[in-house]
Amino acid sequence: MRLTGARILMECLRAEGVEVFFGYPGGVVLPLYNTLGEYPDIKHVLVRHEQAAAHAADGYARVAGRTGVCLATSGPGATNLVTGITTAYMDSVPMVVLTGNVARDLIGRDGFQEADITGITLPITKHNYLLMRASEIAPAVKEAFHIASTGRKGPVLVDIPKDVFIEEAEWDGYPQGVSLRGYPIMDVPREEEVDKAAEIINAAKKPIIIAGHGVVQSDAQDELLEFAERSDTPVLTTLLGISGMPEDHELSYGFLGMHGHFYANMAADSADVVIGIGMRFDDRAMGRFADFNKTAKIVHIDIDPAEIGKNFKTHAPVNGDVKETLSRLLPQIERSSHPEWRTEIDQIMEQHPTDYIEEGTGLGGPWLVRALAEATEGQSTIVTGVGQHQMWAAQYYPYTKKRQWVTSGGLGTMGYEVPAAMGAQFAQQEPIWSICGDGGFQMTSQELQTVADHNLPVRFAIFNNGFLGMVRQWQELFYENNYHSVDLGQPDFVKLAEAYGIRGIRAATRAEAMQVFRDLEGYDGPVVIDFQLEREENVWPMVPAGAALSETIESADDL
Amino acid sequence: MASRNTIVAHVEDRPGVLARVASLFRRRGFNIESLTVGHCEEPGLSRMTIVVDGDDHQVDQVCRQLFKLIDVVSVQDITYVPMVDRELALIKVSASNFNRREVLDVVEVFRADVVDVHSDALIVQVLGDEGKVDAALKMFEQFGILEMVRTGRVAMLRGTETTKPPAISDSQQAAAAIRAMLGRRPEGALPFASD
Repeated sequence: MRLTGARILMECLRAEGVEVFFGYPGGVVLPLYNTLGEYPDIKHVLVRHEQAAAHAADGYARVAGRTGVCLATSGPGATNLVTGITTAYMDSVPMVVLTGNVARDLIGRDGFQEADITGITLPITKHNYLLMRASEIAPAVKEAFHIASTGRKGPVLVDIPKDVFIEEAEWDGYPQGVSLRGYPIMDVPREEEVDKAAEIINAAKKPIIIAGHGVVQSDAQDELLEFAERSDTPVLTTLLGISGMPEDHELSYGFLGMHGHFYANMAADSADVVIGIGMRFDDRAMGRFADFNKTAKIVHIDIDPAEIGKNFKTHAPVNGDVKETLSRLLPQIERSSHPEWRTEIDQIMEQHPTDYIEEGTGLGGPWLVRALAEATEGQSTIVTGVGQHQMWAAQYYPYTKKRQWVTSGGLGTMGYEVPAAMGAQFAQQEPIWSICGDGGFQMTSQELQTVADHNLPVRFAIFNNGFLGMVRQWQELFYENNYHSVDLGQPDFVKLAEAYGIRGIRAATRAEAMQVFRDLEGYDGPVVIDFQLEREENVWPMVPAGAALSETIESADDL
Repeated sequence: MASRNTIVAHVEDRPGVLARVASLFRRRGFNIESLTVGHCEEPGLSRMTIVVDGDDHQVDQVCRQLFKLIDVVSVQDITYVPMVDRELALIKVSASNFNRREVLDVVEVFRADVVDVHSDALIVQVLGDEGKVDAALKMFEQFGILEMVRTGRVAMLRGTETTKPPAISDSQQAAAAIRAMLGRRPEGALPFASD
């Protein structure tokens, strides 16, 4: 059967089981939009800016555990995706990005709305394609989904010139497999690596697990828990590893890093064996490399061979998929217990709890997150932007469910909170809480219209302190209170919501906030809540930039 | 220890592969001394010989990052393996009737070839490893070098061993072969070392 390139692409998406994708039309993708009506089972969500299409696909992917898909036209449409693609790349989120390009004979001639998007995205995609024939579409899309969703996941871009959408090619079904010689699946670890890791772990007196995004990505929460329980190893997570370990478990000690818990940082720093699982020993998590726990032996389990030994010398590298590796490691792990070590951490936790909730009636970040946690019984999916609100959300909400936490960790993309929550809401029925900064919210608030179009029950909780809070905190602490460009003017967020036909609420006190939570019970439409926070609250504890985890400070007095 | 390392990579012969490799080197801040690319025994694949400046840890990272490129089929660091490496230089040397004999003496010592003669210049072709080419250049400098070009290094393992990439048939075997190629542990000064 001969089909146009546009139809072949849609047949491929259908064969991949794509339910929803996020896009924005434009000249060169018109042949594709011309066929969308024939594929009503593949929902196209019209965003208001292409950056949002990429973040929405990313948010959807993280919550659904499937590959997210977004689409943009050539030139500015494609370049607007770049921040969203990079966000997904840094956090290893599976995504297939489709772009149109100018007709083949115009490529390289600076035609109207031409951008070399495959060139631009070389360093921010796992792989990309520029397709010059309609017959290449099916195999390339098959490969794109395969590459995006296996190994260390990530975004793959497929760029299709306008006349390739129109060109016809033979369609004889979606390809069954891929043939990628340079991309073997490395899921199964080497036996000798597993043996060595088990040996070190079994000999540990003060072991600690640092679980990363890889645990979430490979759905290995159950294996992690079993491993931790059997070896009686306390579990820390990285920022992105949150929700990889139920935080109500006695072995869970929360997340470590720049704004991680004091006790988590100390535990990582005083362990005798550090077991990194599906994480990459990032600087924000580990502090100054040279002074991170100099005596510990490091076991590192990761799917990406390039992460092993990148930042730290590793005693027992294990290259493999987290789930696969843990299930092979488990039988070799001796049942043990480390009561003294646990007591040591418990004591630090008692003396240095992350509990900066102040008395009073005004709204503080920590109080508000705690109140939200109580109102939602800790069951809500939380999406955040980047900054103080993100750190409070990480510190004070008790994450116990899988894929409950969605945040831009690697790239730290402000403005992520609005479109990512929107995309994530397409993956689940229960309302998602998007914890927004007043700065980030203003970067992507145009998507309120998309949210309204689909009547999505997202709760946008703006942690509004009228400041670019985290930047202000740094100016206060490290630049002698020299505030510059952090005092943000802002619209009336309630009126803004109402202008989009969305319910807008303002809360300036604790009593008002509690009332908001009560009012929203059972409400199934979108809401924007302008929580007016105290203006100059800081996030504690903190590892100052360039300091070691052991130098974590708990107030400005420690500086 | 920082030194010049030789990496052999086989890559899919597709448009844009060189850009991907170059982009990776630029992005990760790796220093390419030379990069030579051409056909190899297998149609559809190209063979790159890359000379990288860096310590063992950096070179290990180069290999691992290179391998992550989908179009890169195999990567092998052959710096410490018995191998033959060669490069070719064309050197345009100033030579007149007065000193041509002296220039030709140097040519002979290096077993180089004269590939073009003019009343005021010669083009000398030198073939050898990097050290030999360096030495030849140094000798020709006294006559005046008008122009020079070097190809960069190509290399091949000695004996029957090859750097050929694993066949595609079995993904597990391919993974094992790749891991063996990437097996060299970093020895360099990393931030953390407890033993």
